[in-house]
Order: sequence, then C-alpha cells, then structure tokens
Amino acid sequence: MNLLSLTAVELGKKIHSKEVSVREAVEACCEQIEAVEPEIHSYVTTDREAALKKAEEIQKKIDQGELNGPLAGVPAAIKDNLCTKGWKTTCSSKILENFIPTYTAEAVGRLEEAGAVLLGKTNMDEFAMGSTTETSYFGVTKNPWNTKHVPGGSSGGSCAAVAAEECFYALGSDTGGSIRQPSSFCGVTGIKPTYGTVSRYGLIAYGSSLDQIGPVAKDVTDAAAILEVIASYDKKDSTSIRRRDTDFTSALKAEGKGLKIGIPKSYFGEGIETEVKTSVLHAAEVLKQQGAEVEEFDLGLVEYAIPAYYVIASAEASSNLARFDGVKYGYRTPDYEGLHDMYKKTRSEGFGAEVKRRIMLGSFVLSSGYYDAYYLKALRTKALIKQAFDEAFKTYDVILAPAAPTTAPKLGSSLNDPLKMYLGDIYTISANLAGLPGICVPCGKDKNGLPIGVQMLGNCFEEKKILQAAYTYEQTRTRERCDLAKKRDTAYGTEQKTIGEGAGR
Amino acid sequence: MRKEYETVIGLEVHVELATKTKIFCSCSTEFGGEPNTHTCPVCTGMPGALPVLNKQVVEYAAAVGLATHCTITQVHKFDRKNYFYPDNPQNYQISQLYLPICRDGYVEIELSGENDQKPEGNPGTENTARTENTSGAENNSGAENISGTEIDRAMRKKIGIHEIHMEEDAGKLVHDDWSDCSFVDYNRSGVPLIEIVSEPDMRSAEEVIAYLEKLRMIIQYLGASDCKLNEGSMRADVNISVREVGAEEFGTRTEMKNLNSFKAIARAIEAERERQIDLIEAGEAVIQETRRWDDEKEYSYAMRSKEDAKDYRYFPEPDLVPVVISDEWLQKIKDSLPEFQTEKLSRYLKEYEIPLYDAKIITGHKKLADIFEAASELCKKPKKVSNWLMVETMRLLKEEEMDPEDLTFSPKNLAGLIELTEKGIINSTVAKEVFEKIFHQDVDPEQYVEEHGLKMVTDDGVLLQTIEKILQENPKSVEDYRKGKEKAIGYLVGQTMKAMRGKADPAKVSQILKEKL
Repeated sequence: MNLLSLTAVELGKKIHSKEVSVREAVEACCEQIEAVEPEIHSYVTTDREAALKKAEEIQKKIDQGELNGPLAGVPAAIKDNLCTKGWKTTCSSKILENFIPTYTAEAVGRLEEAGAVLLGKTNMDEFAMGSTTETSYFGVTKNPWNTKHVPGGSSGGSCAAVAAEECFYALGSDTGGSIRQPSSFCGVTGIKPTYGTVSRYGLIAYGSSLDQIGPVAKDVTDAAAILEVIASYDKKDSTSIRRRDTDFTSALKAEGKGLKIGIPKSYFGEGIETEVKTSVLHAAEVLKQQGAEVEEFDLGLVEYAIPAYYVIASAEASSNLARFDGVKYGYRTPDYEGLHDMYKKTRSEGFGAEVKRRIMLGSFVLSSGYYDAYYLKALRTKALIKQAFDEAFKTYDVILAPAAPTTAPKLGSSLNDPLKMYLGDIYTISANLAGLPGICVPCGKDKNGLPIGVQMLGNCFEEKKILQAAYTYEQTRTRERCDLAKKRDTAYGTEQKTIGEGAGR
Repeated sequence: MRKEYETVIGLEVHVELATKTKIFCSCSTEFGGEPNTHTCPVCTGMPGALPVLNKQVVEYAAAVGLATHCTITQVHKFDRKNYFYPDNPQNYQISQLYLPICRDGYVEIELSGENDQKPEGNPGTENTARTENTSGAENNSGAENISGTEIDRAMRKKIGIHEIHMEEDAGKLVHDDWSDCSFVDYNRSGVPLIEIVSEPDMRSAEEVIAYLEKLRMIIQYLGASDCKLNEGSMRADVNISVREVGAEEFGTRTEMKNLNSFKAIARAIEAERERQIDLIEAGEAVIQETRRWDDEKEYSYAMRSKEDAKDYRYFPEPDLVPVVISDEWLQKIKDSLPEFQTEKLSRYLKEYEIPLYDAKIITGHKKLADIFEAASELCKKPKKVSNWLMVETMRLLKEEEMDPEDLTFSPKNLAGLIELTEKGIINSTVAKEVFEKIFHQDVDPEQYVEEHGLKMVTDDGVLLQTIEKILQENPKSVEDYRKGKEKAIGYLVGQTMKAMRGKADPAKVSQILKEKL
C-alpha cells in the first residue's frame, strides 16, 4: 500500500487502529520529499530527525490513549510565514533567512496539540506577496502537475507539497486568495475561513486586516477536520472571534437540497479562460443535479475590488514590514556607516523587488495629502463591497465562482507584468475585503492537464454551508492525483494500489 | 524702543501610567531591571506578535479625562504612527490620532496675580526677568509665601485641553562610547502613556507651572501616575510663540523638548520668548521647528524644522478592534473617581478644624493628604499631625530637595511620635530628632526612643540634683539673674538640659530654677 495516497483523516484512522505507525507515515513523507524536492521545491526547511523524534513522542501519546483525534500522528507542513519555535521561519525572504522564532503560532500550536508531526516549512512568495511563489528568495516552487508551470501563490509551497504527497496536509495563509488560488492551480482543497476564526498570533503579517490562516488538504473532509482543530478564540489576537459553531465536520453531508447557490455573472465575463469557465459552470450544474437551487445574479462593485485591495494590503504591509530593519533579528547589511545607512542597505538588500514595490505603494497611499484620496477611499470601497455581499447572502447560501481566471501560468510569465498578475486575483480578493469564508475544490483539468478549481464563498461564519456544498460536489467525483504522486505507487506494488486510490468512498 | 509682546504657550504632556503591566502585553512596567528582562515578543516587535489592550490603561485615561472635564469618546480607536528608530521595535508606535479617548476638557489653575503677563521691555534685563518668573513659579509650589487670604484672592483661569490619547512608550538607547556602539533596552517599550494636549491658552511660565502642578495633582489623586518629571514619568513638550500685545493671529511657534524640571521649563520658556522676540525685532522670521533645551547651558538648539518634519503615515491599527466604553463601564469609572482636592479641602476644614492655609498645602499633594488622614485616624490629633507635616516635613523636604510624593515614612510612626510627645515621654527637642529618623528611615519611634534612652527623666530627684550642681557650677549666671538679668535663666536651663542629655522637660527645669533662685 502506498501510504501517501491516503487522505489525512484516512491515515489518522489507520494510525489509531495501529495499522500504520506514526514513524512509517513520517518516513514515507520524508522519502517522498527526498524523491521529488529536486523537481518541485515545496519546502524551504525540512528536518527529518526532528520529525522522527516527534513521531516517537506522538506514537507514545497515541498508545497511551492521550491523543485520539482524527489528525493524531499525521505529518503536516507549515507555510513559512507561521512562527515555529526552534524552526527557521523565513517568509521566503533574505531578510529573515536565519530567523528562528522563540514561540509557535497559535494555529500551529493547536495542530501540534492535536498530534501533528511537523515535516517542514513550505515555500511561498516573499512575505506572501505574489501569486506564483516565484518571488521567494529561495527559488521557485513548481507545479507538481506540470513542472513547467507555477503552483500559484502565495501558499504555493503548501499546495504543491500536498499535491505532490510530500505531506498529508498543510497550513497556508490567505490575504487575497493565497490559499484558494494555488489550491486551484495544484488540484487540492483549501479554505480561507471567516476573518477572526483562526488566531493570527504568530502569523507574520502581510495585510493584517485581511490575513487569515487556513488548511490546504487532499479533500473537503480533511480540510474540515483541520479547520476544526485550528479554529479557536485566542485572547492573544484581539481580532479573534469567540465562535461556538466550529464543529465543521458536522457539515460534511452530501445533500444539495436546500442550498441556494448564486453565480455572479460578472465573474464569467472578459478575461476568463473558456476551459475554466466551462469547468466551473459544470460544477454548478452538478450541484443543481444534487438538488441545489442555482441561479445567476449581479454582484456589484467587482471592478473596484482589486484597487481597493492593493491599496489596503500594501498600506498595512508597508507598516508591518517596517520592523525588519537589521536592529533586532534577521539580516543586517555587513558594511554601513551610521544608523540610516544601515537601515537603507539592510532593507534594500534584504527585500526582493515585489516586496519593495508594495512597501513603496503602501507608503505612498498613506502619505499626508494622499491618505484621503487613496487609503480612506479604499476603506470605504471595502465597506461597500461588504454591503454588496451582505445583499447577495440575503438570497444565496453559497456564491459559486472560479478561483482564478486561468489555470497555472508558465514559470516566468507573470512577474514581468505585475499588473496582469494583480488582475488574476479578481475572484479571490473580495472575500478578504469582506472577511468571508471561501473554499476551493478541484473541478477538472484543462487540455494541458492542469487542474481547475471551483471556489465557493459563504457569508461570514457560514463555513458549514460552503463545506456542505463542496462536500456534496466532491462526492460526485474521484479524487485525482498528479502523476508525480502516482509514480510512487509502483514502488509499493500494485496489489494494494486500489486502497491508495481512495476511490471506494 | 521694543514693542510689547505676549507669549502664547500650549503643552503636550506625556504621563506614564501606573499600571502593573504594559499597554499591549503582560510584561512588568517596573522601572529598572536588567536590560531586556521585562520583555516579550509583543514589546520587542517580534514578527507575528500581536498587541492586546490593557483595560486598566483605558480606565486610567478615561478617569484623567473625567477629572479634567473632557468628553469621553465612548467608541475610540488606535492608530499607527510610523517612523524608524531603534528604540521603537516595530518602527511604528501604536497611538491615537483619529479618535482619541478624551476631548475638549479644561483644567482650572490659580494664579497669585502678580507676575501675570508682565511684558518685558528691555532685552538687557533678561536675567532679572528670568529670576522673577522662576521665583514666581517656586512660590506657587512652595509653602512659605502664600497665606490663606492670598489664596482666596487668587486669580482663576481655565486652560483648555484639546485631547488626551493613549499610546505606548519606546525603549531606551544606551550608547557605549568605548566601543562606539549603541545598545537598546526594551524594558520601557510598551509602558502605557497618555498624552495630554492643551490648547494654546497659557501666557506665562507661571501659568505653565500652575497648569502642570494642577495636572500632576489630579493624576496623583487618581493614582494614575506618580508624575515625576526627573524620572520621566511626566514629560512636557512646550509649544511657544510670541505676538505683539493686542494681535489676533498667533505667531509662528516652536516646540521645546528635553525639559526635566519645572525650573527648566520656566527657564526654557523665558529664553525662547526672548529668542523669538529678538528675531522679530531684528526683522527676521521665527522658523517653525523642534528645539532641544540644554538646561546646563540655558540654551536651546534646533532639532528639526517643519520642512524635515516626518510624515508619520498614520492609519488605523488593524491589529486592534475599536474600544467601546459602554455607559455602564463609564459609570463605573465615574463612581470610582476619588475625592479630589476641592472636596477634600472643604472636608478637612469641617472635619479636622485645621487652618485653611494648612489644609490647602496638605491637600495640594495626594501623598501628604494620605499621610495626614491615616496618621490623624491613628492618633486622633489632626492639628498635631498637620503641624508635623507643615513645619518639620516641609523643612526636611526643602533641605533634601525632595517632592512630597517621595515621602516614604508611614503614618503609623508619625502618629506614634505624636503620642510619645503628648504623653510627655519625650520632649519636643527629642521629638524633632526622632522625627528626622522617621522621615529618613521610617523608624518605630517607641523602639527608637527606648533603644537610645531618650525618655524624659521623670524622677525629680535626679533633676533636682542636676540643677543643684548647675547652680553651683555657674555662680556668675546665678548672680546675674538675681541682679535682674532675666536672660541668664535661659543659659541655666540650657546647661541643665545639656547635663540631662535633653531628656528633661525644659519648662519644668525653668520652673524649678526660678523656685530655687
């Protein structure tokens, strides 16, 4: 049996029933990492020894009955903007190349308490700024479905690692689509929860009012189980919300009836690839067949989302990233004369081009004399976008849309036209501006074999509705694995291959 | 001939709040400590750390606002002020710009009326002008020269408060000249501050000092801060401009920093007033700039002009949610406000029957009032307590150049001392000696008197013997007295007291001597 083909929850069951040991699971992942990393480069940091040591600890706790959750013993990967005590946390930036935090992010801590074994830290766009994982200081991550293409971003490393079966699940962060878009490109399932659901404590901030941590998983069941663990009120995060409805796995029922699904017409106009459009609309059709009510509607203000987003996110980023100055931690330029020279050189040498572009953009829109025209206007736009969604959710339970207008672009084709890259965020950023939850699940492939994802947005605190819709849709399909992942199955012999396919569910 | 000028002054006062923990984390605010020991990821600006507001800071800030007649902004927010400096770990300070917690208040000050608005005509008298004003300021804080009637005659003036906002303090840079290197200590980083911004309502150093003393008294009464200028728990930046008397427009202002005492503030105001007038008289323009006062050289120099003024790129702090002070919460804060000076003063007059003058001085400092009330409660002799505070305590404070807030002795020991004198166990000379020990070391008077054998000798036999001896030893004085030189008895009493090592009642000695002679 190829262990790696199992979902996180399936593996958790086998570990619980002693069919598989935690060590076996970790070793399988480590072998896969060794085998595919040269091609994919999902990880910035891995630590086999630490993982194996942790595996022993967790195994003991499982054996003693102290740990019995669905994720106990399941190996996971963490996006490298989440602080992990004792593990380098770089944000894929030179400026944090050697930064080892003294504390662990709340979300990661909760996973560890649930018995997760950390395998490593995943690659990302530098400080989560980018849509391709190409702005990483440590080199690009490649799409496991076709290594000539990007995995999307900024959580490209997390999504690629899950798709390439280098881990069973991962955590990502989503400021403008950074979980949903790479999930779409890599054929995995990702959730951006309602703002305030997962504590941001220990998440190295990009756009604080938009950032939200979420799961990247092999299927909807895994995603719900992970979210259930990481969602929590945390008094260390003032924007964290006390919720009593975080039993997300209870929403996993294949039932389309009663769901009212809206399709925003404007999301399917200019700029969307035909194959993406067809595939996403087909998913809507499937849900209709499952009993859901589906109709098109007009969602207003779509064209204002991108400018509003880039103003707000960049403004917050320009301030959030000010602390990286060479004084306290991280990179400091070797030669300087005086304080200001040190600041200037450290930051000029430590940050990449895209990060500098956004710091400059953000500093500009906050400058005196421009604040009202840009930042304040963007905040008002944000409020209006929220209103437009509030209006839509009066009628619909779920808004169904693509996660990106295209499938994964070729490596190197995006960064030379940043404006075009920014426009690619059109379907995802509104959810961040309005604080909404969104899920992306695979819904097909284009003619080049690259995955297409369908995005479902819900009203604030209504993750359960989108989970139900996504689960209902998922049940009509067979989970697809990339060739790179399947290649490994042969090493385990064909006899038990069918188990790994997970087709029987 | 120089024109007559008026000084226009507004103040920005920073006050460190006396919370146990910092404004956005649970680190201790305690002063001192090894560098970077009162720190955590939040107050050292580690990546991923988030601020959580300390409720006590809101309560103190609102209480100061209520005590200064401000309107409380029941839904207020924090903003980020962005600037790079190594003592500022995040390179932004969390402060309040758009919606500060308190607005539109005032503080009423009292002025003696003498030094108010005295335009200085002759630049040659700069020094005298400064001295006058400084002493004016001293008079207001000191006890000596103000009598009860003067207080009643005092002029009252309202100084407007534009706003009060909450913010975090920065860390401290330590420069090592030997290694040509700077270190940073974040122990102070995140200590809560309120900034009290006045309207430009003050016209003289005297008014500024009166305003600061009133503010300090209010805040000390609230227990919101100890307000020590020399330790930096109260810091004042002074905005000054001058204009011709009668002019309606304000002149160009400068902002003066690094003022560490009331005296420095008074000196800096006078010097800056003169500097600006000299510029105007010479036909030059005053430049809007920030200046740093050097109190030793009695001179200020420009730090930065308006042109290089930083653009702080303020924007709403996304890591904190708006603070909502509910009606109930506000009421609770109102209910918890202590008795302030005015109420205390009238209560003292009624309850303790001490003179207005004494009551005024004692209630002028929370610490004195606290000692007075506690000691009076213990010994039931408020007038005696008041005397000890007004005379000996004031004398020692002045001698030691201390502030009443620095007093460390316990009311219990003062009450004990009063009891010892009342019972005739020690005489007043010994009592003064013991009080000094209480003042400095807070000794237990009974124990101290016992250990040092300072009790009055009540055995008349010993006293009579001593007196006999003194009379024999000083025949000349005896003769002088008998000849009608009344003064001579004083010498004899002194000699007897000396021989008794102070442990006799001088009145009694005098009486016996007279009988003997």
